[in-house]
Amino acid sequence: MQQELLVVENLSLHFGGVAALTNIDLTVRKGEILAIIGPNGAGKTSFLNCISGLYRPSGGRIFFEGRDITRLSPHRRAALGIARTFQNIELFKHMTVLDNIMLGRHVHLRSGILAGGIYWGLAQKEEVRHRRRVEEIIDFLEIEFIRNRVVGSLSYGLQKRVELARALALEPKLLLLDEPMAGMNVEEKEDMARFILDIAEEWGVTLVLIEHDMGVVMDLSDRVAVFDFGRKIAEGLPEEIKQNPRVVEAYLGGQLAEEA
Amino acid sequence: MRLRFPWTTNCGLFFTRYEEDQAFLPSRAAKIKVLCLFALLLALPWLVGPYPLRIASQVAIMALGAVGLNLLTGFAGQISVGHAAFMGVGAYAVGALTTKLGLSFWLALPLGGLAAALVGAFFGLPSLRLKGLYLAIATLAAQVILDFAFVRLEPITGGAAGLVLTPPSLGPLSLADDTVFYYVTLALTMAGVIFALNLSRSRVGRAFMAIRDRDLAAAMLGVDLFGYKLRAFFLSSFYAGLAGGMLAAYTRVVTPEQFTLDVSIQFLAMIVIGGLGDVLGSVYGAAFVSLLPIALSYLAQALQGVLPQMVNLLSACQTALFGLVIILFLIFEPQGLAKLWRHIKDYFRLWPFSY
Ligand SMILES: Nc1ncnc2c1ncn2[C@@H]1O[C@H](COP(=O)(O)OP(=O)(O)O)[C@@H](O)[C@H]1O
Ligand SMILES: [Mg+2]
Repeated sequence: MQQELLVVENLSLHFGGVAALTNIDLTVRKGEILAIIGPNGAGKTSFLNCISGLYRPSGGRIFFEGRDITRLSPHRRAALGIARTFQNIELFKHMTVLDNIMLGRHVHLRSGILAGGIYWGLAQKEEVRHRRRVEEIIDFLEIEFIRNRVVGSLSYGLQKRVELARALALEPKLLLLDEPMAGMNVEEKEDMARFILDIAEEWGVTLVLIEHDMGVVMDLSDRVAVFDFGRKIAEGLPEEIKQNPRVVEAYLGGQLAEEA
Repeated sequence: MRLRFPWTTNCGLFFTRYEEDQAFLPSRAAKIKVLCLFALLLALPWLVGPYPLRIASQVAIMALGAVGLNLLTGFAGQISVGHAAFMGVGAYAVGALTTKLGLSFWLALPLGGLAAALVGAFFGLPSLRLKGLYLAIATLAAQVILDFAFVRLEPITGGAAGLVLTPPSLGPLSLADDTVFYYVTLALTMAGVIFALNLSRSRVGRAFMAIRDRDLAAAMLGVDLFGYKLRAFFLSSFYAGLAGGMLAAYTRVVTPEQFTLDVSIQFLAMIVIGGLGDVLGSVYGAAFVSLLPIALSYLAQALQGVLPQMVNLLSACQTALFGLVIILFLIFEPQGLAKLWRHIKDYFRLWPFSY
């Protein structure tokens, strides 16, 4: 039996009168890739924001490894092993690729003001040790050639990859990816799909990803959850979701009809 | 290269390279340049007379304060219009501890830094909720409140008359001696500069910059926003407090008008002109802003025969002039003097052929 990593119970989120999320129940199992699909404005990003702590839910509870994290601040959730990327890239634009990824190591580094200011000794040892891990991630995502570039000067596709590298550097147990392939060309999408599979299979990271491209979703995910108007309208294996009449009606109708 | 298992490949291979990569003076030319500058600073007492040496000490003190403000504003992105007031806390603490409690200056100096740091962190509390202009106004309030306290807390601060210090000594040497004072200040400021440079290439410095660039993304990576903002206020004010303590030893009198809003604006001018987030730039900026009034007064004297009103006019315009310089730098050269200097060098390198 697979273990539960993340359990979301009865989650609701309101913005004034707008209900972005209504009574969502969702469980993410250790080691799986769960895709969340749904039309624009369905509440997918809001859902990730609640898990990572960016939004305070109006109701419901979130458990991570059995621990209630509903009221936990974002930086504490990161320390527990929850990392994410953003739909609209949120990199530190004025910093180099290396520094961005080193920031992903923040929770694993220890040196404070004093050790950092004195540097020689503790902080330097730590920097070198963690830099080595960062280089491994850089190799894995094949971004060696841009490691010293300032992030703001990179193409959109590369920035997406750097953001993934930064999230990976946290060595998360749970990785939330908000439309990791949006705006990419076919080749970039294929690379990204390969990285995502490797992250899950070789690194044992559990993934929740929001994606619009149904082909990608069917190929990558172990299970699929469908959101519509802030509600979860279906959940199941990719094959089941394809057949589900409610899903077809709400969302897939157009796309599947086109494919057929 | 593909990874077979996440974190266990090729250890030890690049050890030396990474250290070199992370050095803050990566190139040999940069190292030589810094060594030359260092030699020049060491030799300064033999090269110039007592007055320029005193000015150099003053520049070093202001540079220490400016480096502190740059950590807060340039690195962590938290604006402060109260830096001079935090400097004042350090100066008054050192003054009161030495004159009223008879503490040694060398003990009072770090305590003054600590006092300023705590006061700075306290006035940094609003940064939890406020950003940009609103935070500027909150720190302006800190400036006003502390200005008021300097005048009114007479038993501690001596009120409007201030405190008069006896010159501290270092073993057999007296800091009343300009050369001794210069070396002590130089050592302290250089320590402050190196500390800041080191910090900027390690965990805390990166967290500061992350908060400046994208605070929410920083939080998602585990950076405790509030904790680090407070650390930035604490550290920055600690620098200000040390600078204030040195200033107290330099002028040997601590009065409220040394730490007014004007001076806070001058600190901002220093880091904007020197370059936000540029540690060495803060030093250039401090030199520029401290030397400009002196240059202007020479100019005014030279012109006195021709234009007698010039002296008053120039000194009246100084603060306005700094305001203007800040605005011009923000518009045209946001990376400050260091960048401007690079532009000029590039220009002359290509000189006869530059278009
Ligand atoms: N910060 C916010 N303030 C107000 N409304 C928001 C905010 N974030 C999301 N919403 C609303 O919540 C709903 C869901 O949005 P979102 O989660 O971004 O959907 P999706 O990612 O599925 O496209 C939308 O109606 C959106 O307008
Ligand atoms: Mg979205």
